[in-house]
Amino acid sequence: MRETMKGRFQLGVMITLLILAGLGLTLYKHFVLGFPLLGKDTSTVWSIEAWVSFKAQGGTAQASLTLPDQQSDVWIMDESFASPGYGINQINDGGQRRAVWSIRKANGRQDLFYKVRLRQQPGGPTVNDQPEPFITPVLPEPYQTAAQSLLNTVTEGSADASSFAGTLLSHFNASKPDQNVNMLLGMVEEGVKAPDLLINLLHMANIPARIVRGLQLEDGRRRQPIVDMIEVYDGENWQLFDPRTGQSGNAENFFLWQRGAKSLLDVMGGINSDVNFSIISQQIPTRELALTQATQEQAALIDFSIYALPLEAQNAFKIILLIPIGVLVVLFMRIIVGLRTSGTFMPVLIAMAFLQTQLLPGLVIFISLVSIGLWIRSFLSQQNMLLVARLGAVIIVVILLMAAMSILSWKLGITQALTVTFFPMIILAWTIERMSILWEEEGPGDVLKEGGGSLLVATLSYLLMSSRIVEQLTFNFPELMLTLLGIVLLLGQYTGYRLLELKRFYPLVRAARQPR
Amino acid sequence: MAWLSSLVNAALEKCAVTTPAQLRATGILSMNCRNLNYISRYNPRHLLPLVDDKLTTKRMAEKAGVEVPKLIAVIEYQSDIRNLKSILAPLQQFVIKPAKGSGGKGILVITGRDGEHFIKASGDSLSFDAISRDVSNILGGLYSLGGKTDLAVIESLIQADPIFNDYSFEGVPDIRVIVFRGFPVMAMMRLATRASDGKANLHQGAVGVGLDIATGHSLRSVQRGQPVRQHPDTGHDFTALKVPHWHKILSLSAACFEMTHLGYLGVDLVLDRNLGPLILELNARPGLAIQIANGQGIEPRLKTIEALRQHDLPIAERVAFSQKHFEALTSES
Repeated sequence: MRETMKGRFQLGVMITLLILAGLGLTLYKHFVLGFPLLGKDTSTVWSIEAWVSFKAQGGTAQASLTLPDQQSDVWIMDESFASPGYGINQINDGGQRRAVWSIRKANGRQDLFYKVRLRQQPGGPTVNDQPEPFITPVLPEPYQTAAQSLLNTVTEGSADASSFAGTLLSHFNASKPDQNVNMLLGMVEEGVKAPDLLINLLHMANIPARIVRGLQLEDGRRRQPIVDMIEVYDGENWQLFDPRTGQSGNAENFFLWQRGAKSLLDVMGGINSDVNFSIISQQIPTRELALTQATQEQAALIDFSIYALPLEAQNAFKIILLIPIGVLVVLFMRIIVGLRTSGTFMPVLIAMAFLQTQLLPGLVIFISLVSIGLWIRSFLSQQNMLLVARLGAVIIVVILLMAAMSILSWKLGITQALTVTFFPMIILAWTIERMSILWEEEGPGDVLKEGGGSLLVATLSYLLMSSRIVEQLTFNFPELMLTLLGIVLLLGQYTGYRLLELKRFYPLVRAARQPR
Repeated sequence: MAWLSSLVNAALEKCAVTTPAQLRATGILSMNCRNLNYISRYNPRHLLPLVDDKLTTKRMAEKAGVEVPKLIAVIEYQSDIRNLKSILAPLQQFVIKPAKGSGGKGILVITGRDGEHFIKASGDSLSFDAISRDVSNILGGLYSLGGKTDLAVIESLIQADPIFNDYSFEGVPDIRVIVFRGFPVMAMMRLATRASDGKANLHQGAVGVGLDIATGHSLRSVQRGQPVRQHPDTGHDFTALKVPHWHKILSLSAACFEMTHLGYLGVDLVLDRNLGPLILELNARPGLAIQIANGQGIEPRLKTIEALRQHDLPIAERVAFSQKHFEALTSES
């Protein structure tokens, strides 16, 4: 007795571990590796191409372009360079990546390309960048006085760094700017860049700020210039401001290319240099993305999984991984409901055939094949022959029937019947044999009961297995099989009543109640 | 809440469906519970071949001195079928059964001859060719579990005790005793009807009569799960039914435990006119219908046995224990 208690305990622990492991791995893959659980199956991938062009002057030419960094909400999937004849170097220039193209001799127009594919992905690792120390700038008079007076006004009308910046920008963007602003805008007319001026003003108010450059992500944009934005440090985070509108917040679909005011493109040995960006978006299955990402990060879970197999084998697994679902249905119908089927797991095989034929054609084909087979089998049983030979004969007859069915339906133009070949014929032959014995021994009623039970279970399995959600879950998360295994082990412990027993034993309960 | 549960109960009653709680209160053993808590626990797999093969059972029983129908011949190979004619020639009545058949499948009962033809229990006549085809099917494994090749066993036909003639339509009535760890716990009699085609198979429409373990007296009778008072074909009242040699039947059944060491066993017996109770076959997975025939759940009785301190009692004491503790409640009230 103690032995069994111990065994039960061990099994209980195992079941719990299996179920938790399956669910845990699934959740890990979903939340950490980004596999889609259900629903939205594709995500947007942006492809940005930077096109650097300049006119080389016959000597050594070198062009360097700032490259985007991994950022908290953007994941850079891959990048590539295209530039005939140029050597490419990636350097780190004060924390900013730069690509350096160089060539010993170049003449005429030069075109260099840099292409990056990226995906917006909230909740990535936060980039830790503290503001660098700065020296409070001093503007030439009379701008310094105008600036001081403007800053005083703004300070009165704001509470903290970000509201200060917002108020300052709204002063600059007002339809009728006040006197001080007008004075300062004069500086811009003299050639000072507006963002630089704003940064200086913010620095004068002792607020850390910097210029960032980026792109508005919009599909199909070509020859898009880079946009300057202002970032203000509020003590904890950098807040993004658009100097042209005064809008705050991380503008949707704004891709940060560069932080800080360093030049985007430097060209030596060339003139008329320019950089343009073109942007396209693609819809890519999320699963594929998650896979690429996980492979890059060398997540062992992915490295040693069926995704490492060739595509063909993967497709086979897509179907194989559905079998446990059918098995679970069979177990449920047997243990919990108490339905009788012919051949324990035969309904799963029928359901797999249904996956190829669709439900209704499958049912029609199956029932007609088995009926004709039964009829022929009844003829065979009148002949005196050995059992194995008769089974063999039934298999051959089934094949003949399949061929006849295919040819006939093809000629009639019913192409669905061609899927008849997906039915496993050995299974069909066995079903026919079993059914015919059942018929002889127990009568047609039992044949209908058992056959009907099998078809019902097969149909239920089919409905589950053909569901997109189930297919996605089983293929994307094969770990769920551990959970299924746990559930199966759990079902193996069920000693309660079957649903059909509630009906079966009803007369008994009534009888037991009556004498009292 | 009370009105809700009464409403649900009324609805269930209407559909003739009961609830798990009611079943549990009645002590009814479920199929899952039987498989897990009794069969897989008390019937070790390596012992199952003893009862799955009727020939082994028969030889074992003969060795143990337990009475069984007489073995006439065994057909082992298809080529042996040539000898079948000479084996059958002197026999007027006989039974051919597959050694590994289950649920009474493939059993052929010949009760007489009509010239060249053989008369089945149902009255149909069969040619010799039909019989040899049947034997060939048996050998091919048509009736055995998993379609394994099988043996055909030919044994003498039981001369049914005429005491039950009024209760059975053709066929020989048999008695099923469930023996748990050597203690007989529940018994019933199975009587063939016209609907069951002369077979004593409950789910084909035979009548099941629950028997009082203490006395062998009938308790209740059911056909297809519904209580009946009289035999549907002979019209005979079941309440008067009492099985003779009851103590012998219980002792024989209990002895099967020593013979097989299977803890949860269904013992099928028949009453022969001359030989008295004979063991017909043993079943390591006896069904649950016996509860319906008895109008009682079996689980409380199994629990009583499990709770015993000492199980290895002599047969006589085990039988006495069962007769004392599992006496039908109705006789008390």
